[in-house]
Amino acid sequence: MANIMEIQNVSKIYGPLKALQDVSLSVPPGQWLAIMGPSGSGKTTLMNIIGCLDTPSLGEVILDGVRLSSLKPGELTTIRREAIGLIFQQFHLVSYLTALENVMMAQFYHSLVDEGEAMEALERVGLSDRARHLPRQLSGGEQQRVCIARALINHPKLLLADEPTGNLDEINEKLVMDILHKLRGGGSTIVLVTHAPEVAAHADRVIVLEHGKLAEDRLNERGGDAGPLAAAGLAESEGEVGGAKMAS
Amino acid sequence: MFWKMVTGALRRQKSKRLMVALTVGLGVSLATAMLGVMFDVGDKVNQELKTYGANLTVIPRGASLAGDKYRFEGETEDASAGAEDAENYLPEDELYKIKMIFWAFNVVDFAPFLATRLTVGEGPEAREVVFNGTWFNKTLELPTGDKVTTGVMPLKSWWRLEGEPGSDDHFDGVMVGRNLAAELGLGLGSVFTAKDASGARRSMLTRGIIESGGDEDDEIFGTLAFAQAAAGLPGLAQKVEVSALTTPENDLARRAAADPESLSRLEWDAWYCTAYISSIAYQIEEALPGTRVKPVWRVAESEGAIMQKTQLLIVLLTVLTLLCSALAISNLVTANIMERSVEIGLMKALGASNLAVSLLILAETLLVAFLGGFVGYLAGLGLARFIGISVFGSQVVVKTVVIPLAVLMVLLVTLLGSLPALQAILKLKPTEVLHGR
Repeated sequence: MANIMEIQNVSKIYGPLKALQDVSLSVPPGQWLAIMGPSGSGKTTLMNIIGCLDTPSLGEVILDGVRLSSLKPGELTTIRREAIGLIFQQFHLVSYLTALENVMMAQFYHSLVDEGEAMEALERVGLSDRARHLPRQLSGGEQQRVCIARALINHPKLLLADEPTGNLDEINEKLVMDILHKLRGGGSTIVLVTHAPEVAAHADRVIVLEHGKLAEDRLNERGGDAGPLAAAGLAESEGEVGGAKMAS
Repeated sequence: MFWKMVTGALRRQKSKRLMVALTVGLGVSLATAMLGVMFDVGDKVNQELKTYGANLTVIPRGASLAGDKYRFEGETEDASAGAEDAENYLPEDELYKIKMIFWAFNVVDFAPFLATRLTVGEGPEAREVVFNGTWFNKTLELPTGDKVTTGVMPLKSWWRLEGEPGSDDHFDGVMVGRNLAAELGLGLGSVFTAKDASGARRSMLTRGIIESGGDEDDEIFGTLAFAQAAAGLPGLAQKVEVSALTTPENDLARRAAADPESLSRLEWDAWYCTAYISSIAYQIEEALPGTRVKPVWRVAESEGAIMQKTQLLIVLLTVLTLLCSALAISNLVTANIMERSVEIGLMKALGASNLAVSLLILAETLLVAFLGGFVGYLAGLGLARFIGISVFGSQVVVKTVVIPLAVLMVLLVTLLGSLPALQAILKLKPTEVLHGR
C-alpha cells in the first residue's frame, strides 16, 4: 500500500538557524507515529510542514500522493482542509461559539454544515451532553475532546496532534489517549508530537529529533499492535532504524 | 454558520464595536449634514443673493441695444420720448407668461417698469423728475388657475423704506427717493402735483420714502397704471426685471448662451432642462416672442462663483471627515484583528481561505458600520437642520439622493478603513499564532 506521507530530505532554514536538517520519513496509512525530542529540536516545525502550515526550505513532502512543493498557498490550504485534522495543545476553541458550533466551524470551511454529524462527532468523544456549552464552561479535558471532534469531523486522512495532552491532568490525558487509540483502531493515521515518553509509548512508532536531525526511529515494543501497515511503512523506508533515513 | 460566527463575534468586544459604530456614525452624520447643506445650499445661497437684485432683464427686441446698455447701467429711459413706437414696449397683459415657463418655480419674483418724466413745480422752480411705474403687489391669475403675487419690493430688498411701500390698489400712491423728497420738501402723507408730457396735472400721495444709495434716491416709484396714463402708453411696459434661482454656469451653459444652435440634441435637452440663467432666459424669450432677455452677469456670475466655492469647501470638508473616519476605523479594526489573531490563525489552519476570513471580518465591520451609519444619518439630518437655521435662517431640506450617498460613504469608509486589517489577515501565519509555547 502506498505511504500516506513521504518526507524526502526536508530542511527548514531560518537565516543562520537550521530548524530541520535533511529529514526523510515515510508513514504508511493507519500508522500512529509519535515525534519526540527536546524543545527546539524541530518537532513543531516538522509538524507544521506535514500539516501544510509551512513549507520546507529544501526537500519534498508527498502527502497522499500529492507533491506539496508544487502547490500554491491556496492549494496548500485546500489540502489542509481536505486531508488533515489538527489537534492543538492549547485547544484553540473559538470562545464565542458553543462546543457544537466549534465542530461545525470546521465543517463550514470544509463543505456543508451538518449539525447532526457534528453532534455525532461530539458523541464519539463523549461530549454530546456538553454540546451547547461555551468553551469557558468546559474543563481542559473536555475542551481537548471538542478539539479532537473538530479535527475528525471532516474525516481527514491524517490526524496531526501537537502535544494533545500537554495541558491535561492524568485523568483527562487517559481519556484523550483512549480516543486516539480508538481512532488508531479505526484505521486513522496519526502523527503526534510530544516530549512525554509515556504518551509516545502509545504510538506504533517513535521518531526522535535532535537539533533538527532525525536521531532515532523505532517501533514500539508493542509494535505488534501497529499491525502489518506500520511494519510495511518501515520496511519501505531506508535507514538504520526500521527504515527512516538518518540525517546525521 | 457564517452569521452565527458574525453575531457571536459581535457580542464580544462590545466597546470596540461601539467605537467603530461611533466613528462611522460621526463621520456619516457630518458628511450627511455637509451633503444635505451642499445640495440645498444652491437654493439657500441663491435666496441670499437675491439681495443683489434681479438677475434677468426682459426688454423688447426693438429697443435700441446701445440705449439699453447705457440705460441699465444708470440713466432711466423716458417712455414719453418714444411713445409713438409701440414695438419698443412689452404688453403688460402677457407678462404672466413668465410664470408659465419650464422653470416657472425658479422665477422667484418679477416686476415690469415704465419710466416717464413729470414736471414738478411751476415757473423757474419747475424741475423734471423721473417717475417709474411698476407693480408692487400684483396678483396674477394664471391659465392653470394658480394665482401668483409679484412686485418690485422683493426685487429691491436692499432699499430702506420709511412709511409704507406702494400698492397696486392705490393708483396715485407713490414712494419718493430720499434726495428728491428732501429737495421738494415732501414727507410721509404729503400730497403734490406734477405735469405729465401732455401737460395734464396729476396729483400724488407720498406713502413712503426710499433710500437705495443709487439713482432711485432722486426718482419716484408709483403704480404702473399711473405711469401708463402719464406716458400715454396704456397696457405697456418698457422692461421687466426677473429674479430667478439659477444653477451655476458651466461650459455647456456658456456654449448655449453664445449659440443654442451649436448644441447637439442631447446637450440641448440637458441645457434646457437645467436651470441655467441662459436656459431660463431662452425660455422667457420663447414665452414672450419679440423680447430679448439679458442676464445681469455681474449678479449671475457672483452667484455662481459663491456657490461653486461654497460647494467645493463643503466637498473638501466631507472628504476630510470621511478620511478621518477611515483612519480611526483602520486603527480599531486592525487592533481587533491583532487581538483575534489566534482565532483567525485557527480559521486559516482549519482550511479557511484568506477570502473567507476577510469576508467574515468585513461582514462584522460593515454590520456595525451600517448600524452606526444609520444613527449617524439621522444625526446628520438634525445637524443639517441646525446648520440651515443658524446659517441661513431656514431649514435645510436633505435631499433623498443623500441616502444612497450615505450608504456609499459607509461602504467606502469601512472598506478603506479595513484595508490595513485585511492586509494583516493576508500576512497572518497560523504557525506564528497557534503554537504559543
